[in-house]
Amino acid sequence: MKMELIQPFINAADAVLAQGLKSPMSIGNLSMEQEAYRRKGVAAVIALTGDIEGRIVFDLDPEAAVRVASCFAGAELPESDDLVRETVCELANQVTGNAVTALNDQGFHFRVHPPVLHTSEHGPTSSEDTEALVICFETASGSVFMNIALRYKVQRSGELAAATGK
Amino acid sequence: MEQFASLKRSKDGQPVRYLVVDDSVFARKNLARIVETFGGQVAGEAGDGMTAITEYERTNPDIVLMDITMPQMEGIEAAEKIVGQHPEARIVMVSSVGYQENIVAALQRGARHFVQKPVKPEVLYEVIKYVLGEDGAVTSAAGAGA
Repeated sequence: MKMELIQPFINAADAVLAQGLKSPMSIGNLSMEQEAYRRKGVAAVIALTGDIEGRIVFDLDPEAAVRVASCFAGAELPESDDLVRETVCELANQVTGNAVTALNDQGFHFRVHPPVLHTSEHGPTSSEDTEALVICFETASGSVFMNIALRYKVQRSGELAAATGK
Repeated sequence: MEQFASLKRSKDGQPVRYLVVDDSVFARKNLARIVETFGGQVAGEAGDGMTAITEYERTNPDIVLMDITMPQMEGIEAAEKIVGQHPEARIVMVSSVGYQENIVAALQRGARHFVQKPVKPEVLYEVIKYVLGEDGAVTSAAGAGA
C-alpha cells in the first residue's frame, strides 16, 4: 500500500480530530498487519469502491468515544451505547470523507459507502493486495485506532493486462 | 458553544426553521445544537433521503441541511426530488465528501450551497445568511458573540 493512499487519511484524521477535540494529537504507533483484524473497542467500517477499493476501520474504546463525543458536541454527554456507536461511525465518516476528497483531487474516483458497525471480534484477513496499516492516534480523549486496507483497482487491472499481454 | 446574532425570518421575525437530514443521529444532534446557537429551530429530522422528502412535505422548513452519503436514498437525489416539487426549497448540502464532482452535482440538481464536515459553526452561519438572502434578518440578541 503506497504512502500516497495513506497520507490523505492521516491528514484528514489529524484535521478532524484537532478541530473536534480542540487539542493537539500525535501518532502513537504505526504498524502493518496481515493477520485478521482484531477489534479493540467499538469499531466502524467504511467500504470504498472504484479506482481504489478496500476499507477503513475506526476503533475506539467506549470511554474514549464518550469523551470524543462530548468534545465534538461542546457539552458533557452521558455515556450510552448509542452515543458510542454513533460517535465512532461519524468520526469514521468525517475522516474518510475528507481523505476521499483529497484523493479525488488527485484524480481517483470512487464511492464511499455509509459506515457500518463492526461487531465481530475479528475482521477479514488482509491479503498481499490489501495489507492493512494500523495507526494509533493519541489524543487527550484517548486512543483512536485507524486501520486502512486499500488497493488500486485500476492499477492492478493495468498490471494484470501488462502481465498477460492483453 | 459560541452564540451568534439571531437569524430570523424577515417576513415575521420568527426563528428560521430547519430540516436536518443525516443518517447519523450524532451528526443531526450536533447540527441541531449549532443551528440553535443561530437562534434557529429544528422543525424536523430525517435519517435518509426518502424520509427527508416526506419530512419536507410535513414541516415545510426554511432551510434543509442535507447529508450526501445515506442509506436508501442519497442526499443529492433527495435534494433533486424536493426541489422538483418545491423550487423555492433552500437546501444546503452538509457532507464530509467535498470533492468538486459532488459539489457540482448537488448544485446542478438544486442545492443552494455546500458545507464540508466537520462543520465550522461560523462557516455554516455565513452560508445560511447567504442562502436566506432577503428572507433572513440578523437581529441583535443579548449575549450574542459573533
